[in-house]
Amino acid sequence: MPADKTTSMAEAISRIEPGSTVAAGLALEHAIPFAAGHELARQGTDDLTLVGPISDVLFDQLVGAGLVSHVRAAWTGNVSAGSGYNFRRAVEAGDLSVENHSNFSVALSLHAAALGVPYLPTRSLLGSDIAEEPQFRIAEDPFEGERVVQVPAIAPDWAFVHVQRAAPTGDAHLWGNTGVTYEAVRAAEHVLVTAEEVVDLEVIKSDPSRTRITREQVDAVVEAPFGAHPSPVAGRYNRDNEYFLKYADATRDADGFDAWADEWVYGVDGREEYREKVERDLSVQEPTAAAEVTYGQ
Amino acid sequence: MVSDDGADGTGGADGYTAREMMVSAAAREIEDGDVAFVGMRLPLIAFQVAVSTHAPNAMSVFESGVVRDDPADGFLHTMCDLPNLDRAVSTTGMLDVMGRLARGDIDVGFLGGAEIDRYGNLNTTRVHAGEREIRLPGSGGACDIACMSDRTVILMAHEPRRFVERVEYVTSPGHGDGGDWREEQSVPGGGPSALVTSKATFGFDGGELYLRTVHPGEDADAVAADFPWDLRTREDVTGDPMGETPEPTDEVLSLVREFDPDGFWTGE
Repeated sequence: MPADKTTSMAEAISRIEPGSTVAAGLALEHAIPFAAGHELARQGTDDLTLVGPISDVLFDQLVGAGLVSHVRAAWTGNVSAGSGYNFRRAVEAGDLSVENHSNFSVALSLHAAALGVPYLPTRSLLGSDIAEEPQFRIAEDPFEGERVVQVPAIAPDWAFVHVQRAAPTGDAHLWGNTGVTYEAVRAAEHVLVTAEEVVDLEVIKSDPSRTRITREQVDAVVEAPFGAHPSPVAGRYNRDNEYFLKYADATRDADGFDAWADEWVYGVDGREEYREKVERDLSVQEPTAAAEVTYGQ
Repeated sequence: MVSDDGADGTGGADGYTAREMMVSAAAREIEDGDVAFVGMRLPLIAFQVAVSTHAPNAMSVFESGVVRDDPADGFLHTMCDLPNLDRAVSTTGMLDVMGRLARGDIDVGFLGGAEIDRYGNLNTTRVHAGEREIRLPGSGGACDIACMSDRTVILMAHEPRRFVERVEYVTSPGHGDGGDWREEQSVPGGGPSALVTSKATFGFDGGELYLRTVHPGEDADAVAADFPWDLRTREDVTGDPMGETPEPTDEVLSLVREFDPDGFWTGE
């Protein structure tokens, strides 16, 4: 029997050591692992390096909670409301170092690690001040002689991935846009899968083309319904736009963030209690089903 | 609200808002058959308008991995909202869509910025307000789109503080310092072809910004005075007299209001 990797969120997060590099928010605004992030805050796992393209407000919340020393990202803020005020405050106060990336350079960094190579070249970033930052090298392509930017591999200690359904083994189905999810899973030393639903392995094996994460890549599986709120999850629930606007208003100063976090992070003991606090109905009203897929032998 | 597309939503003439005017002008920059790298906010609505009117064969790609050929059936706060995933042609990943960009398969990309300079270089990373340095969210996919699209269209609020001789940090390269700079630097893609603000549209000549049309009710001299350098005009560049940006048609306005029914992105 393959190992059962299911565990509680608290136990899974207790495995992440302070000082770790954590990749999260890998499908851009879709399926962001907020539940896992909030448990990091409750456990006070600090000195983190965060990696991701665009995390919407998850990175801002972890910065506000005082957990983050370094951010390696393309964009950090509040997608529909503008700034992430904790991020802005921390950078401006000199409390947070930032390695500026583009989305593609984050993708290439993770892909390089996933392929086991030290860097990948790109013609993006050329002519920008991002390319001049110390993490990159501008080099000559040895074949054609043109300039390229060498993007170094990033191998996170942990990747957090939120999916629609996973088996206890760690084999997981996910659908919708995936951003850099697969690259991060393959690049990371350890993977935490949080799932809307834990299902029998037979469900996963009924549609293998939808299985994009397999067990040998996964360390822990946590059933976390509503685990990506306020971000959307295809087929499950919509983005909670009001949340993002209220968050922006509430966190314009540090005291405002602390009060917000006392209510929404430290004041709840887990996702079930959190879910009861969200009064808006975000459920998918008109689910559209894919045409049936058949396999055979 | 701080929004990086910069539209301040003010200054609209009778019957439509400044942002609706920007969407209308931006939509015209999409040609039928184009593959457009759309990004967020006003460009997203501009694509939906274009594909519903003059560009039915246009395609949109989003850095999250969404590939769509029609407007979403519902309002979009972000590219990852479920209506944008539902009935998409494909929902794939970033390496896939950025790979298409890197191979030169994207005809037009859309960008915003906090600051723009004479040669269309954009900054969304950090700016100064007096002594204070303000940290902005960063590039996202903007640098990639700026580097590798065949052409780019920039949308910004018309605020003089955004127009600077040289941006403080080049998040997204335009035409560098003009002329053949992109070629010399091996920057692929053609660079900015147009800038649309809430008061005017602009083209690029020799890599340098020039005033192309002013929106109805705006004065060309006043628009030019908002720039800290001697801004050239269409007359200087082509010999043609300064034109007026066409007003949004009733059809375009009704589409914008269908795609953004509460005016979240395009209202006053």
